[in-house]
Amino acid sequence: MIAELGLAALWLAAALAALQLLGGILALRGGTESDIAGLTRPAAILQGGLVALSFGALLWVFAITDLSVKLVATNSHTMKPLIFKISGAWGNHEGSMLLWVTVMALAGALIAGIERRLPERTMQATLAAQGFVALGFYAFLLLSSNPFERLPQPATEGMGLNPLLQDIGLALHPPTLYFGYVGLSVAFSFAVGALLTRQVTPDFARAMRPWILGAWVFLTLGITAGSYWAYYELGWGGYWFWDPVENASLMPWLAATALLHSASVLASRDALRVWTIMLGVVAFSMSMLGTFLVRSGILTSVHAFAVDPERGSFILFLLAIYIGGALLLFALRAGAINEGERFSVASREGALVVNNVMLSAILAVVLLGTLYPLLTEAFDVRVSVGPPYFNPVGAIFAFPMLAVMAVGPLLRWRKDGFGRISKEIALVAAFLLAGIVLLGLLFGLAILPLLGLSFAIALAVASFLPLRGRKLRRVPIETWGMVVAHFGLAISLFGMASESAFTEEHLAALEEGGATSVGPWQVRLEAVEPVAGPNWTAIAGRMAVSYEGGEPQTIAPQSRNFWAPPQQTTESVLVTRWNGQLYAVMGADNRGGRYQLRLWWKPFVTFIWYGGLIIALGGILAIIGRVRGDLKRRIVRRKVAERRAEAEALA
Amino acid sequence: MKAKHQRLVLVLLALAALFGAVLLAIYALRNQASYFYLPEQMEASPPAVGQAVRLGGMVAPGSLETLSDGITVTFTVTGREDSAVPVRYTGILPDLFVEGSGVVAEGRLDAGGTFIADNLLAKHDENYVPRELEGMSEHQAAKMAEDTTVGLE
Repeated sequence: MIAELGLAALWLAAALAALQLLGGILALRGGTESDIAGLTRPAAILQGGLVALSFGALLWVFAITDLSVKLVATNSHTMKPLIFKISGAWGNHEGSMLLWVTVMALAGALIAGIERRLPERTMQATLAAQGFVALGFYAFLLLSSNPFERLPQPATEGMGLNPLLQDIGLALHPPTLYFGYVGLSVAFSFAVGALLTRQVTPDFARAMRPWILGAWVFLTLGITAGSYWAYYELGWGGYWFWDPVENASLMPWLAATALLHSASVLASRDALRVWTIMLGVVAFSMSMLGTFLVRSGILTSVHAFAVDPERGSFILFLLAIYIGGALLLFALRAGAINEGERFSVASREGALVVNNVMLSAILAVVLLGTLYPLLTEAFDVRVSVGPPYFNPVGAIFAFPMLAVMAVGPLLRWRKDGFGRISKEIALVAAFLLAGIVLLGLLFGLAILPLLGLSFAIALAVASFLPLRGRKLRRVPIETWGMVVAHFGLAISLFGMASESAFTEEHLAALEEGGATSVGPWQVRLEAVEPVAGPNWTAIAGRMAVSYEGGEPQTIAPQSRNFWAPPQQTTESVLVTRWNGQLYAVMGADNRGGRYQLRLWWKPFVTFIWYGGLIIALGGILAIIGRVRGDLKRRIVRRKVAERRAEAEALA
Repeated sequence: MKAKHQRLVLVLLALAALFGAVLLAIYALRNQASYFYLPEQMEASPPAVGQAVRLGGMVAPGSLETLSDGITVTFTVTGREDSAVPVRYTGILPDLFVEGSGVVAEGRLDAGGTFIADNLLAKHDENYVPRELEGMSEHQAAKMAEDTTVGLE
């Protein structure tokens, strides 16, 4: 019953999306005062409620393990802890697509509910675009991936969830990432709406900016969480594998980062109009491309749930309609958008243009690297593309971008000279060169880690320079946001470079009682013990580990065997210190009484994720600053209107 | 500079940078992409010694041996036409790595014709096969289908 309710709600929501599209179009043609135009906003809001209801129904059938629902039977199991039953609802293709449309409908409801700054015609066009995009995904869900499909006969037991997914990471990582992916659909709809009505104005950028920032914060958090999850769960000791699915999340992030910078130029200076629109289209296109790559099963990945050609072609079709349509509209209308304000090369805008071009170049590099295996496969050549390609080629564009990022925020808008900030440039350059020379001489690092560490140090210093000579209390919150986000990037970069420069790895085969060491750590395997969990059994290696001969700590990494589905996983143990992590993995094989251990000492590796969190914090500060500024402006405007009304009444 | 000119210069610069990125990417991809080899291909036309490639095939039953250090293993990967490539790997064997099952090894050939693997990808779970191994064995495919429909009527 609940499942049918969920399905019915989904169909109704799809109908409302169609109404929203129609209302928006009629409003564009007829005028915003007509009856049907009045329906657009309520349709969007109601649709959000219905889809949320539908998603609630899916959570419910998973929570009670309703085995007559096919999706539950194939992906869940009665003996699984409740949290993983619920998070398992989106640990599969259909459920994750429902999560996708839920987030999308809620975002649509939110803009319909609260966004009143833009001209009503632009809003109607925006909502129509949002309805159009949503409609495609409803069709995909309802026609080819119905999450509520019943089995003719209820299964006696579910097949279980992939053990790698039975982790708190699954509860956090996909929803966060989806908020980001789908949040970009709002930016896309705004861009299409503005193109339709030719209203590309600073107001439009201001309305769009909190959405871009919000989506970007979620993407940042989602990528950070996903990276840490892969790091501790897979037991491979790496935090980023340039896996197609990781790239699929990185590409929208790169586009969104470029977009939020260009939107800020448009909002403050009324320049880069066409470019901002273009990025709005590209950012969401990258989200959809990511979905296509992941959901179509066209690429090998742990994320590819099901290989179903029909679904792949369906998403490809959607992709072609939306991206093709938006680009066509762009081509037709871009010429009609007036020239924005001018600026000189040495200006804030100039620096941001460099940032945008470099980010786009990195995006192109990642995109090509991700699609290359697909291209060669068409010629029956199988290749894989990994770090040897992505790291150096990406770095060629990343380091110049970081250099501009260090000094760009110091420049003034419109017209400035480098002479005015020559002291600051010299300071940053001094840190950079000192870093390269000192670290190079001390450690003899490879080029990329060396540059990474030096740039990280220089950038960390440079990120605070915009605050120089200002009263800290009077610095606007959004400026703090920028400072914090840039500092976070420096921290993250430092972690990545340190991980690649200083990681020590040690493989050992130990008997019980044997000892070994990795980096500054001494490790003694005390005993190997069997452990049982709710749906798994394991052997755990109890080890005493001590840092530089200090007080020993006991850790017990496991090698687990799950029953349903039968699978072995490694449960690594991380010992975190302020200056890095010890990473211990236990092998299951017992060869002649010796157990295999894989140990890593990774100095400052945690900075990668701290940095990610700091970047997101910067984004949150920027949202707070922007929204607050906006509210203030509204209040002032209302007060002015009230005063005027009073004065008129008096007169 | 006139407004039109500035826009033109900006667009040209952006295009040049993107074009440069694409050219660079294509150039790098040709050199850095790691090619996939089946055992018979590796025997017929081996890649250059030290070049990063991947090798996919079946772990020959009875070939898995652990060396005296306890962490290095050797095994043979077989393909069609009696082809076989010896592989050496140092590390913890991945989950579900068993003799007679499929594997993809990432690594390089050494001068002696042994494949030195840095990383092994085994069948990931019952529902997931490395793409390169799809269609390797009909028997396995049938077994997979059987496994994936357990519990479904």
